[in-house]
Amino acid sequence: MKWVLNASDVMPDDRQIVGGKAYALALLAQSGYPTPETLCVTSRAYRAFVGRTGLGERVMLELHRKDFNDMRWEEIWDCATRIRNMFLRTPLPPVLATGLKKEIETRFKNKAVAVRSSSPEEDGRRSSFAGLHQSYLNIRGPDAILEHIRKVWASLWSDAALLYRREIGLDVEKSAMAVVIQEILIGTASGVIFTQNPNDPAQGVIESVYGLNQGLVEGSVEPDRWILDRRGKTILAHTPAVRQQWVIPHENGVRLASLPADLSGRPPLNANEVLRLYALARQVENSFKSPQDVEWTLNKKKFSILQSRPITTLTTAASDDQRGWYLSLHRSFENLKSLRQKIETERIPAMISVAETLGEQDLTRLSDSKLAAEIKNRREINQQWVNIYWEEFIPFAHSIRLFGQLYNDVMHPEDPYAFADLLIRTDMASMERNRALTELAELIRNDRRLAAQLKKRKYEQASPVFFEKIETFIRKFGDLSCTVTGGTQCVEGAEPLFDILLEIAAHPPQSAEQRKLKNTESLQKKFLESFTGRERDQAVELLDLARRGYQLRDDDNIYLGRIEAQLLRAVQEAKTRIDKRPRGMKKSAVSTELIDTLADLDYRPQTPNPYRVGQDMNFKIQARQLVGQPAGPGLAIGVAKVVQQHTDLADFKYGEVLVCDAVDPNMTFVVPLASAIVERRGGMLIHGAIIAREYGLPCVTGIADATTLIKPGDKITVDGYLGIVTLGSGEI
Amino acid sequence: MKKSEEFQKQIQDLFKSEMLAVLATQRNGQPYASLVAFWSTDDLKHLYFVTPKTTRKFDNIRSESRVALLMDNSTNQDADFHRSIAVTAVGHARELMEPDRAEVLLHYLAKHPHLEDFARSPTAALVDVRVRTYYMVSNFQQVRELHFN
Repeated sequence: MKWVLNASDVMPDDRQIVGGKAYALALLAQSGYPTPETLCVTSRAYRAFVGRTGLGERVMLELHRKDFNDMRWEEIWDCATRIRNMFLRTPLPPVLATGLKKEIETRFKNKAVAVRSSSPEEDGRRSSFAGLHQSYLNIRGPDAILEHIRKVWASLWSDAALLYRREIGLDVEKSAMAVVIQEILIGTASGVIFTQNPNDPAQGVIESVYGLNQGLVEGSVEPDRWILDRRGKTILAHTPAVRQQWVIPHENGVRLASLPADLSGRPPLNANEVLRLYALARQVENSFKSPQDVEWTLNKKKFSILQSRPITTLTTAASDDQRGWYLSLHRSFENLKSLRQKIETERIPAMISVAETLGEQDLTRLSDSKLAAEIKNRREINQQWVNIYWEEFIPFAHSIRLFGQLYNDVMHPEDPYAFADLLIRTDMASMERNRALTELAELIRNDRRLAAQLKKRKYEQASPVFFEKIETFIRKFGDLSCTVTGGTQCVEGAEPLFDILLEIAAHPPQSAEQRKLKNTESLQKKFLESFTGRERDQAVELLDLARRGYQLRDDDNIYLGRIEAQLLRAVQEAKTRIDKRPRGMKKSAVSTELIDTLADLDYRPQTPNPYRVGQDMNFKIQARQLVGQPAGPGLAIGVAKVVQQHTDLADFKYGEVLVCDAVDPNMTFVVPLASAIVERRGGMLIHGAIIAREYGLPCVTGIADATTLIKPGDKITVDGYLGIVTLGSGEI
Repeated sequence: MKKSEEFQKQIQDLFKSEMLAVLATQRNGQPYASLVAFWSTDDLKHLYFVTPKTTRKFDNIRSESRVALLMDNSTNQDADFHRSIAVTAVGHARELMEPDRAEVLLHYLAKHPHLEDFARSPTAALVDVRVRTYYMVSNFQQVRELHFN
């Protein structure tokens, strides 16, 4: 079995086992081009690893947990996270470890290397995996290299790679990964050449940065750019960069640093070097017989070729694929930091002030016509914020993922979501609201007379002090039955709030915070102890960023809910006016306008339920065991409370299982009463999962058709370890 | 090799090559069949499988511990009739608890490593079937029995 191959030994038949990148490098080396020392770990090593450890089938079980096409990208990310953790936690079988280690030691001793992915599926013309699989720079020593080989293998199953493979129709069961281990040349300058400009076939392009190439490839360092004439091989234009940073080797990896002042004033290449480099690249193009995208570095005045691949964007078939979008799901640390700045200093204050301004307006004084206009206006404002939510708030959630990945890399935890415990903050808006609810319930629990008065709905007898507190609560958090994203039905009065309070008061108090927080400190200490110096500072910074992301996942909906509540307030006003209209009164034009506005808002598409079809036939299909994503460990049996609309929450009973399409933070006030949570929407970082983790409740997400397959009152069992919901008692 | 040893060896070989068994349980006299991934001890006295505790089969076992399992090497072809071997085991099932569970689970996972996450879930039961008798059918209709005392 050929687990490793020297670049010089790679034969044309080996393309399938060394992958596109390694094969191109081998050809370059064999043709006499200057390349760094290279060793190929073949896809057979990958297959030996996943075959001997059972990992191959574990990955397939994970990917086939439900139909891949039914998974949201958040679920796919979860899938990828779990798979990555499996790779990190599964040691190499001894025979493979010994075999690889020996080769690596002989070849590289303690030299710094790059460990790069080389996908056999990448055929260079139709599909390009550039950027989808991982590569690691500046890795030193056989053990570290072996660990990074596993990480590169795991990146075969990254969310972006999975989505892309689905799109171009590659069979996941046949996927395998080869790895290139390449000596790192610490270049003074590096860059990329397009031997043919994708935008103009008569030109070539060279881009260059100081230091390592990673800054350019990932977009964190702006390159100098030269346009060349393909025929005459002359420079047509030079666009200098604002040279401020470079990527340099640092401990076990690389880092972005400020560029020394003496370098920032001059380009990384002189004209002579640009021409020499382009001539070299054109030779490479001739060898491969197609225009190339060449990565290079300049070390001790000598150019070396790091990799070369055909320019895929030249072909029309590949140019309309979605790879760029999948890649955009992953934001860089720097990008997330500026996004945070924007969200905190601009967006949230603006959301609060918009809601306040709208709240101050006295709608009762508007004419019908003005009210209709105001509803339209508020709907537009609401929509504008919903758009911002999708464009900025959701991408910011990637901070949580970035942190999760770092945590799992360092800690190799059994539970790939253990990192979420480090993110819990008690100052989340929904937690604050639930604490306020608990306090109000406590008042009722300790005052039997008050409880009796509320039960009999004799509010006028209850103490004014209590009512003042209720009013403060409503002012701060809104009427629980009203503030729901997407809902238009409000119950007038505070009855639903009293019902919930009575239900909470009738049962022993629960506290979410005491459960987790004591663990968090030691967990954090252990995590941060794995770093020193600058890396530690970065870890602290990332943790802080992720905490903010986690908190925002909850709070942003609350802020958004406040704006929507103002839209709903106007709708409510219109409804009241229409209802009050004396019977038989002729519709005025203005009322029609109002009615039309409301009709427009009330439109809700109906989701067909496939399981209802055929009920009149002589058989019935019934769900027994539904599989979703395990999103909160634990096991609970309870009666299903299927929430179709927000008003269903008002009579939530202690011990019921909350079953819904999508939990939003405005609904989570019933969570202290629930025994488990089941949700149609899938993912580990959605609100249902976050809040379930806070309260230690079993939670299963990603159950397709949860609210139609599970009927109100069904007895259901929620297995949050395996991600299974079982209906009924299983009579046979 | 004695005839009885040969017989045992045949069963052992079959159990090594096969991953899945059909498990028969019952409730109130109604039989119920399920597919399970099994492992057996070398002495063949025990068969083990893992199931979530929320399943029908596990409920059934809790109320009636007598079960049967069928293991066979048929391949869905005509030749199965003369070539394949089917072994039925009958015995008593119970959930295996610690400390034995941990040790048996290691053996079980050595045969089914991909079931690690499933088998290690606190909601999954490792079921121990203490086998009383094996019935082996080969050569279409030849039936032999192996009884444990």
